[in-house]
Amino acid sequence: MFEYAPAPESRDIVDIRPSYGLFINGEWVESQGDERHKTINPATEEALAEISWASEADVDRAVQAARKAFTTWSALPGAERAKYIFRIARIIQERARELAVLESLDNGKPIRESRDVDLPLVAAHFFYYAGWADKLAYAGFGPRPANGQSGADPRPLGVAGQVIPWNFPLLMLAWKIAPALACGNTVVLKPAETTPLTALAFAEICRQADLPPGVVNIVTGAGATGAALVAHPGVDKVAFTGSTEVGRQIARNLAGTRKKLTLELGGKAANIVFEDAALDQAVEGIVNGIFFNQGHVCCAGSRLLVQESIAGELLDALKRRLATLRLGDPLDKNTDIGAINSAAQLAKIRELSAAGESEGAERWSPSCPLPDRGFWFPPTVFTGVAQSHRIAREEIFGPVLSVLTFRTPAEAVEKANNTPYGLSAGVWTEKGSLMLWTASRLRAGVVWSNTFNRFDPASPFGGYKESGYGREGGRHGLAAYLDWKLA
Amino acid sequence: MTTPLAEVATSNASLRAFLHGLPGVDRVGADARAAMLGTRSIKTTAKRQAIDLAVRMVDLTTLEGADTPGKVRAMCAKAVRPDPADPSVPSAAAVCVYPDLVATAVQALRGTDVKVASVATAFPSGRSSLEVKVAETRLAVAAGAAEVDMVIDRGAFLAGDYLKVFEEIAAVKAACGGAGENGEGGAHLKVILETGELATYDNVRRASWLAMIAGGDFIKTSTGKVSPAATLPVTLIMLEAVRDFARRTGRKIGVKPAGGIRTTKDAIKYLVLVNETAGPDWLTPDLFRLGASSLLNDLLMQRQKMATGRYAGPDYFTLD
Repeated sequence: MFEYAPAPESRDIVDIRPSYGLFINGEWVESQGDERHKTINPATEEALAEISWASEADVDRAVQAARKAFTTWSALPGAERAKYIFRIARIIQERARELAVLESLDNGKPIRESRDVDLPLVAAHFFYYAGWADKLAYAGFGPRPANGQSGADPRPLGVAGQVIPWNFPLLMLAWKIAPALACGNTVVLKPAETTPLTALAFAEICRQADLPPGVVNIVTGAGATGAALVAHPGVDKVAFTGSTEVGRQIARNLAGTRKKLTLELGGKAANIVFEDAALDQAVEGIVNGIFFNQGHVCCAGSRLLVQESIAGELLDALKRRLATLRLGDPLDKNTDIGAINSAAQLAKIRELSAAGESEGAERWSPSCPLPDRGFWFPPTVFTGVAQSHRIAREEIFGPVLSVLTFRTPAEAVEKANNTPYGLSAGVWTEKGSLMLWTASRLRAGVVWSNTFNRFDPASPFGGYKESGYGREGGRHGLAAYLDWKLA
Repeated sequence: MTTPLAEVATSNASLRAFLHGLPGVDRVGADARAAMLGTRSIKTTAKRQAIDLAVRMVDLTTLEGADTPGKVRAMCAKAVRPDPADPSVPSAAAVCVYPDLVATAVQALRGTDVKVASVATAFPSGRSSLEVKVAETRLAVAAGAAEVDMVIDRGAFLAGDYLKVFEEIAAVKAACGGAGENGEGGAHLKVILETGELATYDNVRRASWLAMIAGGDFIKTSTGKVSPAATLPVTLIMLEAVRDFARRTGRKIGVKPAGGIRTTKDAIKYLVLVNETAGPDWLTPDLFRLGASSLLNDLLMQRQKMATGRYAGPDYFTLD
């Protein structure tokens, strides 16, 4: 009766070049290797640009440039480094609309999310860490050395090799680059092979901000480029966000070297809804937990644990709500669910969903026509899921929710913790004492109370167990990029 | 007259147990949901459709001490034909006036589809005896009001005397007349919760259910005399209440945000809220109204802009 007319965001605002080189030492350079690949729009399978996959020689050039830049960059007073980072933050705000469109084109996420979530958080992250650059001595790692007394003297580590995933391309770049620069490190960053465009736009922003050459270097490519980067002897610190499998390989390869390592890996978060929860808001939280960004979220609330006494009522409300989700063109301002990022990811989601059915869980999706071209998967709910099912154990990284039930708070905590992962969790109850009791027993790096997938640059983020180690964001995020010397 | 769920109102204790047994509302989450729906982009054909629907949902209102028969007659003419230059503009749903001006409005609107609504029950504060409130309602109905906008006793509600609020609503509903089981044939009763004085969203949800159980045909946010008046989150809570009440009893109750809705953009946000919360069934003047006055001219201005591509100045739209 009330059909929303198409409301597409214009893509004229972005200027995508036909092909891109690598960003090394403040310049665009041709790759010395011969691998060139197209990056595509996952919503249409249309090629957007040709990307160079950096070779070992390219990575070596980038690391050398970063090493050279480190001498001068790390010697700058913190307040001077802050000026550059503040400038970058402001340029990102000025170009937010363009970057949001570019992100949605390359990644497939709805423009509503790239515009209202990703880009504001990206700018906020740079602003936040810019503010720390001249206050590192007060970051709480020890007293500031003064009057001949000894104290902690925070020093940058050197060159950071950073490898980021495709789910939040520009936001993950911000999480990596902002604290590294604030602490006086220089950076070689490799974006994911399916989503390089916003990182390349960020390279332009570095030039626009007059960032000294070599402080930030962007090398595009796939797994081989990433492996060359983390293995390079000129790298002092490795930061990786991605799959647990690759994280394990990196940890193995770095064992016994001097390199520092932080890992932010997979998750299988529990979203626990107690019987006294604010039901309508819990439903919104479940939707936001698993269908935000098509479920391509390492901290997604992919396991719904609902108290049996309200399971029927909650599932009815959830299904009614899911029927209103709008799937389609990521650039349409009214789209809630965009495209799956790649054919490979779509295949993985299909494979695990098929496993869910064959193991006996009941599959449900709202009536939801999928576009003919591109990679799409409907919002999906599995009920009757047992702890032993693969869909309750393995990270699907797609819009697929597994619903389990519990009877008592102790059982909820036990089931929530019964996973090799421990990145995040959500708890829904109107009762404060139950909230605190539950949160203190969950083995997860982030516990959301009556909300889900809320991010803030001041709040540390990271995992327990196989979800990784180290924290990003907040004061804790500085620790990953600093060394202390007793002065 | 029997109303669904009336059995929960056998005592104040049972009514309280029922209302306090409703799921709570998390303010942060409700605000976030309303804000997200506010970002929907309604353009071109959808906008045109929404503007005409909004015009048909307007309760054109004047509730001033300075109201005169002349003012009311002028407003009635505006409600029937909002834009004299464009006969394709639909009429508003109703005019809303004080009880003593109902007869004037009825006369001015004779032969049209525009309904006359009257506030009653010691509007806006509701601070009078039940006898006075019932008598005022009877007078308004006798004068020809097809709809009655009553206020609840917020003092009694906040003191936890839910049964008193319930009985007042039921008594006013009875005074609206009508012989049918739900008072069919009588005046439609809109129950004003005055959400700005109830303050919490939990209270808004409880007051909504209380008004529906007591026999209200519509639940309405505000008198317009208290700030804040209508807000998107409060309307969201009320739409959730009518949706859940309909699922439970089969009876559809209407919703009317009133006060502070001045622009087409605001009105469209409310329509999106209705569409994605209670559902498209509620997108009709029978189940959703906008209590407003200056909104109507903004709707007309946007409507003309969509048709001609240009904005006309305010002098090209009649004051009332």
